Amino acid sequence: MIIKILYFARIKEAVSYSTEEVDLPADVSTITALKNYLSLRGDTWASLFNGKQVVRAAINHALVDDLAVIQAADEVAFFPPVTGG
Amino acid sequence: MTIHIQTDDFDTGLMLNKLRLASPSIGALVSFVGQVRDMNDGDAINTLTLEHYPEMTEKALVAIENEAKIRWDIIDSLIIHRVGTLKPLDQIVLVAVTSAHRGEAFKACDFIMDFLKTGAPFWKKETTSQGERWVEAKLADDEAKERWK
Repeated sequence: MIIKILYFARIKEAVSYSTEEVDLPADVSTITALKNYLSLRGDTWASLFNGKQVVRAAINHALVDDLAVIQAADEVAFFPPVTGG
Repeated sequence: MTIHIQTDDFDTGLMLNKLRLASPSIGALVSFVGQVRDMNDGDAINTLTLEHYPEMTEKALVAIENEAKIRWDIIDSLIIHRVGTLKPLDQIVLVAVTSAHRGEAFKACDFIMDFLKTGAPFWKKETTSQGERWVEAKLADDEAKERWK
């Protein structure tokens, strides 16, 4: 299934781009699975998504936990803990 | 309930008067203004740049205002949050709440700030004499949010 992924703040800088479309294998259907899948892209990705850094996720503009299920055409966003206000 | 995400500064006095004068049933107006400090973690701050996730920011803030309205008997609320590059003494955020009596407005304003700090998709990057760095989220902000459970 094809989804859109957005990256923000230090994660955007680390991966050097802000948005992409990805065609996911059928077994990548949760945030945890997607993080593991992205970790396979290389050292930078592994260090971001191997669980040592806190990376928050949103699906279709709502904060979710890592067990949340991803569906086709979803907009998934990854970002560090927020620091507004 | 009003939300503004903007790069421009805002006139706090004007905004508060508008909110206060909206109804004679309002007996209390509580507000919070956050501004850029000149020091953070021991370093002088030159600029503070706020990035956000535009499609999510407004939704997140609306949800926070709605939750405040469910929890307390408030009349209206206002959130203004700036994005872009700011400098010390610049205003970052204004949260204001009106109610018939002060208790509800105080609590709702405090609640909105705690949830904004931990749930609205803004990120701060500061420029100091040491260079650029992302501001780290604070455990104290998570703890403050836990109070409302």
